[in-house]
Amino acid sequence: MSTPFYVSPQQAMADRAEYARKGIARGRSLVVLQYADGIVFVGENPSRALHKFSEIYDRIGFAAAGKYNEYENLRIGGVRYADLRGYTYDRDDVTARGLANVYAQTLGTIFSSAAQKPSEVELVVAEVGETPEGDQIYRLPHDGSIVDEHGSVAVGGNAELISSYLDQRHQDGMSLAEALQLAVQALSRESNGSQREIPAERLEVAVLDRTRPQSRKFKRIVGRQLDRLLEAGGAATEAESADDESEGSSGGSEK
Amino acid sequence: MDFLAEHQPELLPGKRQLPPTQGVIEAPHGTTIVAVTFPGGVVLAGDRRATMGNVIAQRDIEKVFPADEYSAVGIAGTAGLAVEMVKLFQLELEHFEKVEGAQLSLEGKANRLSTMIRSNLGMAMQGLAVVPLFAGYDVDRERGRIFSYDVTGGRSEEHGYAATGSGSIFARGAMKKLFREDLSEAEATTLVVQALYDAADDDSATGGPDVARRIYPIVTVITEDGFRRLGDEESSEIARSILERRLEQPDGPRASLL
Repeated sequence: MSTPFYVSPQQAMADRAEYARKGIARGRSLVVLQYADGIVFVGENPSRALHKFSEIYDRIGFAAAGKYNEYENLRIGGVRYADLRGYTYDRDDVTARGLANVYAQTLGTIFSSAAQKPSEVELVVAEVGETPEGDQIYRLPHDGSIVDEHGSVAVGGNAELISSYLDQRHQDGMSLAEALQLAVQALSRESNGSQREIPAERLEVAVLDRTRPQSRKFKRIVGRQLDRLLEAGGAATEAESADDESEGSSGGSEK
Repeated sequence: MDFLAEHQPELLPGKRQLPPTQGVIEAPHGTTIVAVTFPGGVVLAGDRRATMGNVIAQRDIEKVFPADEYSAVGIAGTAGLAVEMVKLFQLELEHFEKVEGAQLSLEGKANRLSTMIRSNLGMAMQGLAVVPLFAGYDVDRERGRIFSYDVTGGRSEEHGYAATGSGSIFARGAMKKLFREDLSEAEATTLVVQALYDAADDDSATGGPDVARRIYPIVTVITEDGFRRLGDEESSEIARSILERRLEQPDGPRASLL
């Protein structure tokens, strides 16, 4: 008769966390930034069919890095939760905070249940307010915790590198073009400090725009509009780009 | 909807147990809805009256709702049930769009509404019927389309113009004489208000423009650019100009005899 190996609970949890983190790190990173008129989601996504960002409700957007089938499941669950809430009560009663709590519960249960493998996903739930002060961004790591973020957040493979880059450069009240430019710069940084080029057709961009007259504030930015914004952002930051370059690479090599 | 049926069936209109009733239940009823297509889009409009028997239950009820970006529903029949049906319909279209990442086709939306009306048949047989008019811009075919329904959920596409509700007979008559294939958007909006005026003229349950209280018909336009509801300013402008002409010619514009 064989005796099963004893694995301490700490070790078991650490292994599960490690497993989830590795899975998430394989995915491409994405960033969520506040700008003057709302919140912008930017990520590298070669596929046009499988979205990383999606609308959950009027003012609430969803972003996910990691395994597609797992976060798609969570996304649909979120849409159902929000739609059911909004139908039963009122559209105003659907909040990002409530949704983030539901996600945290789900992720936490899956993470600590021995029967299931931990989810290899990291989520961002964002809600755009009437004013920039009312914006809410929540980051939900694989273990079911909730992190309340301000200004900018990055999840996925190079998240730490990218978020430290963003933290240094993100300002309140940026225009959409500026925020987009910053996001693309942040995403194109490699862990070895080099830069790579991300072509516009590999970018997935969406905004929660508080100035939209409709009640549904979520909008994807594609095609011509994206090109125009990238151009506008490029022109605005051209002056400081040389300065930016040297500063950026030194920031990268610190890691 | 399937999800709702599984988890909280009591939220669905068709799933409720009906208590046995005697006689007809008194509940507010919405009255006349009209729609007209024009090259490039469709106009859907409704009067503002809700009646309960011989009483005017509400003077400023809103009976035309956007279903999604490219379609709208106008409701006639029991107001409470109809508003709930529209709410569920809006929810379903939005839910589908978010989950699938694509909009339903206009036919798909029309069919969905048809099923919802059919599920209300039990209520309809007790006198609580809901008969909407569905209009939308077909993005694939690039034109406006109108669908009308009967109480059993039967759906039929209407060409040119359509009306539903108690004043619909009169409104349809008016539109028949005024409709042309080459209407502009402004002409189409005028036409629907004319038709509603005629309906209000001959049907006691349909409300005409109320100048004293500044209550004017709700007029919505759906084109390539999406759904748009005319502001109070615009719709009052149309109603007033019609009113002015009717002061001289109470029966409205005359169509030629031959």
